Amino acid sequence: MIEIKKLHKSYPIGKDSLHVLKGIDLHIKEGEFVSIMGSSGSGKSTLLNIVGLLDEHDEGDYYLNGQLIKNLNEKKAAILRNKFLGFVFQSFNLISYKTALENVALPLYYKGVPRKERLKTAMEYLDKVELKDWANHLPNELSGGQKQRVAIARALVTQPKVVLADEPTGALDSTTTDNVMDLLRDINDEGMTVFVITHEEEVAAQTKRIVRLKDGVIISDELTEKAKAV
Amino acid sequence: MFDLDRWREIFQSISKNKLRSVMSGFTVAFAILLFTLLFGIVSGLSNSFKDAFADDAANFMSVRVRKTTKPFKGLQTGRIIQLKNKDYNFVKDKYDSKIELLTARVNKNVNISYKNKQDNYSLRAVHPDHQFLEKTIIDEGRFINNRDLKEKAKVIVIGRLVKEDLFGEKPALGKRVNVSGISYQIIGIFSDDGGDNEERFTYMPVTTAQMIYGNNDLINQINIGYSPDLSLDEAIAFGNKMERDLRKALDIHPDDQSALSIQNMAEANKGVGTFVIALYFIVIFIGSGTLIAGIIGISNIMIFVIKERTKEFGIRKALGAQPSSIVGMVVQESVLITTIAGYLGLSLGTYILSKIGNSLEDYFITNPSVSPGIVIGATVVLILSGLIAGYVPAKRAAGIKPIVALRAD
Repeated sequence: MIEIKKLHKSYPIGKDSLHVLKGIDLHIKEGEFVSIMGSSGSGKSTLLNIVGLLDEHDEGDYYLNGQLIKNLNEKKAAILRNKFLGFVFQSFNLISYKTALENVALPLYYKGVPRKERLKTAMEYLDKVELKDWANHLPNELSGGQKQRVAIARALVTQPKVVLADEPTGALDSTTTDNVMDLLRDINDEGMTVFVITHEEEVAAQTKRIVRLKDGVIISDELTEKAKAV
Repeated sequence: MFDLDRWREIFQSISKNKLRSVMSGFTVAFAILLFTLLFGIVSGLSNSFKDAFADDAANFMSVRVRKTTKPFKGLQTGRIIQLKNKDYNFVKDKYDSKIELLTARVNKNVNISYKNKQDNYSLRAVHPDHQFLEKTIIDEGRFINNRDLKEKAKVIVIGRLVKEDLFGEKPALGKRVNVSGISYQIIGIFSDDGGDNEERFTYMPVTTAQMIYGNNDLINQINIGYSPDLSLDEAIAFGNKMERDLRKALDIHPDDQSALSIQNMAEANKGVGTFVIALYFIVIFIGSGTLIAGIIGISNIMIFVIKERTKEFGIRKALGAQPSSIVGMVVQESVLITTIAGYLGLSLGTYILSKIGNSLEDYFITNPSVSPGIVIGATVVLILSGLIAGYVPAKRAAGIKPIVALRAD
C-alpha cells in the first residue's frame, strides 16, 4: 500500500538546510495498523506529510497504492488525496462554520458526489462514530472527543485506502483517547490501513506495529503484543 | 458553468461570516453611492445651465444698436444708430440660406384698457417667426400671421397676465381692447416659460405698429434663428460676418462694438458646452478616484479575509480541493458581494437623486440623474473589480502548500 525507499527530506533554514529525513525505508501493507513513534524533531510529522501528499520529498521513491509519486502538481495531488487518503489531525481541523454533517460531507463534494447522496453517506458515517444526534451542531458545540470522531468520520467518508492520523489524541484526555483509539482499531479491523503518528507509548501500544524514528532514521520496527495476539 | 453546490458553498460562507461580508460590501456600496451622487449632481448642474438659456431658442441671434463710439468716414462719435426695414430686408436677402427664423421688433409702451380696467404694458411689434424665437406658447387663438402683416391688421396677442389683469376669469379671445386710443381685436393669448415678466408683453404685427406710431420704417431690433444645419463654429462665423456686413452697410466703424453688435446664442452654447465638458472631465477624474479607492478597499479586505481563511483552504485542500476550486470559490464570492453591494449603492444613489428631484434648484442643481450608460459602465467596473480583488489574493492563497496552510492560525 505504502512503499518508501531511501527517502530524504531537508528544509532550508536561512543559508543552511535542515536534514530531517535521512533515508527512510518503510513498507506498509494493506490492512496494517502502524504507529510511528518519536520525540519531537525526529521527523515523524514530516514523514506523515510526505505520505499524505501534503509535502514533497527530495530524494528516494514513494509508491502509494502501487503508483510512483513524483513531480505531482497541486491538482494531481488533490485528486490523489481525495481518492486514497483520509486525514485525522491533532487539532481536528474542522471548518468552524459548517455543521458536523457538512464537515463530514465536504470530501464528497470535492469528489463530485451529488448533494443528496453526499449528505446520506455522511450521515451513515456520523452514525458509525455515534454522533448521528449531533449532525447539525457546529464544531464549537462539540467536545474534543466528539470533534475528533467527526474528523474520523470525515476521513473515512470517501472510503480511502489509508487513514493518516497525526497525533490524533494529542489534544484529548485519557478516556477520550481510549475511545478514539478504539474507533481507529475498529476501522482497522474492518480492513482499513491506518497510519498513526504519536509520541505516547500507550497510544502506540494499541496499534499492531510500531516504527520508532530518531533523528530522521528508523531505529526500530516491530510488531506489538496486540498484533501477536491476533 | 452553473454549479448549485458551488453557490451553496458561497452562500454558506457569506451568511456564516456576516461581518466580513458586510464590511467588504460596505466599501463597494459606499464608493458606488458617492460615484452615483457625484455624477447625478453634475448632470443636475449641466441641466441648470441648459435651462438657463431655455427661454429663447437655442439658435437665437439678435442684432442690437446703440450710439457709435468711434468716428468713421467723417461721421462723429455719439451718432445714434437706427435700424430700418431695409436692414431687415438686407439680412433677409443676403443670408437666406443660413437663416431659419427671422423677425424685426419694434418696442413700445402702451396703455391698454378694457371696460373700466386699464394698465401700461410693453408692446412688441413683430413678424410671425418671433413666436418660435421667443418660444412663445399660444394658449388660446393664434399668433400674428403673414396676412396680419400684409393687411396691417389691428390685432393683438396678449400675455396670460395681461388677460388676467383686464379680463380676470372671463374669456378674452375675440374681444376688442383699446390700445392707446385705437381699438384692437385680441386674436391670441400666450404664456412663456421665461417667467412672469414675459407674460406681461403684448404682440402686434410690425407693419401695424410702424403705420400707427409715426408711419415710419424704423425697427429696434432684428432677431434671427440661424439654420440648425450650421455647426456651432459655423454659426459663430456667420454671426461675425453678418456683424461686419451690417456695420459696413450702416457706416459704422468695423470695430465699433457698441454701435452695432450681434448677440449670438451659438457663442453662449459653445461656452456652456465647454464648461459642461470640463465639469464632466473633473467628475470622471474624481469619480474614477472614488471607484479606485473602493476597489483598493475591497482588495485590502479580501487580502485580510483570505489570510484569515488560509487554514480553511488548507483543510479543504487536504480533503481533496483543487487549487482552481479554491480560486473559483473566492472569486465567485467576491464578485457576488461586489455586485450586490454595488447594486445597492447604485440603487440608493439613484433613489436619493430622484428624491432630490428639483428641490435643489436654488443651488443650481436641476433634476439630477445618472444615465443608463453610466450605470451599466459602473456595474461592469464593479464586477471586474470584484474579479481582480478576489483573484489576486486567492491565487496566492491557493498556491500555499497545504502543510503550510494547515499550520496557519
